[in-house]
Amino acid sequence: MKTVFVTVGTTSFDELIESITSSEGAQALKARGYERLVLQVGRGSLPAADSCPHIRMEAFQFKGSITEDIKQADLVISHAGAGSCLETLGAGKPLLVVINDKLMNNHQLELARQLHADSHVLYCTCSTLTATLMAMDLSVLQPFLPGQPKKFANFLDKALGVR
Amino acid sequence: MTFLEGVVFFILTICFLLIIRIYVVIKSGSKYKPGTKGPVAVLIVAGSGGHTTEILRLMDSLASAYTPRHYVIADTDRISEEKICTFENSKLSNSESQFTICRIPRSREVHQSWSSSVVSTLNALRFSIPLVFKLRPDMVLCNGPGTCVPLCLAGLLLGILGMKKVLIVYVESICRVHSLSLTGKILYPISDYFFVQWSQLRDKYPKSIFLGRIV
Repeated sequence: MKTVFVTVGTTSFDELIESITSSEGAQALKARGYERLVLQVGRGSLPAADSCPHIRMEAFQFKGSITEDIKQADLVISHAGAGSCLETLGAGKPLLVVINDKLMNNHQLELARQLHADSHVLYCTCSTLTATLMAMDLSVLQPFLPGQPKKFANFLDKALGVR
Repeated sequence: MTFLEGVVFFILTICFLLIIRIYVVIKSGSKYKPGTKGPVAVLIVAGSGGHTTEILRLMDSLASAYTPRHYVIADTDRISEEKICTFENSKLSNSESQFTICRIPRSREVHQSWSSSVVSTLNALRFSIPLVFKLRPDMVLCNGPGTCVPLCLAGLLLGILGMKKVLIVYVESICRVHSLSLTGKILYPISDYFFVQWSQLRDKYPKSIFLGRIV
């Protein structure tokens, strides 16, 4: 069953939850072949169970780890938080970052913008979410290669004279 | 020359000499190679959450020559302690693992104001100086939590007093693409090796080292 996982991290982002569970949002997901929607809403409010009749929906506020939810998802929709973005990309899942335009100038946006510029993630706001879901092409996304701590170790060994 | 002028002249001379001394200590970093003399003692400043995970990934890449390893955590941080123990115990199999965990008061909570940050950083210095003087590490490795400022200052002090050169190695978070974090801005002038993970930052900060993404 094709699954979408939505995560807002430790804060709340009710506008995103409302957009994705709206009938336009859910219909867009369904049109793209997604049948199950899992929502992590953080400090925000849980949507009513019947708010979204078009798609199978589950929601929770927090979990010790969302690693498993990411692993099971075919698409992750996330707020711009660095932790959520990096964890999703590290798991090799397609990621759509939704910017909270009420939180402009947040330095967290720096990373999300750069990841978008380098074609690692798709990027939109709540008002363009439905349109983005309808039009998106996940095949344009470039894999995000893991960082290479070995390069750091080699540099330091040389600089400090470690053999 | 009056007495007052004499005093002012004396103080200015002391300040001037101190600045020269600090400059010399910082400049000596690139020539200091503790690894040629044997194992390198490392003081690792673990932060909370993502900082700890990232710094452990860096530690994982380092050879066993970097020993002993002293981890410093904020006294309220249980999660980091757990992560460090799990990491060190997984290393135990191949070599005699030498590590300690030290706790100091948190120097700066997220969203704390500037002025109260200064006060709590000064407070943290009272704990950092004795700790660094006791451990006498060859290098301090840190990646951004506020706790690293007082510890790096204590390391610098050890050098200024001529007791030991302590290398300050700073790795800026991957989240920083165009601008340094507050900790990064403070430590940029005094660090010996300052790593950034985006080329945009390297272009802005010529002293920084860019090797691509390293965590």
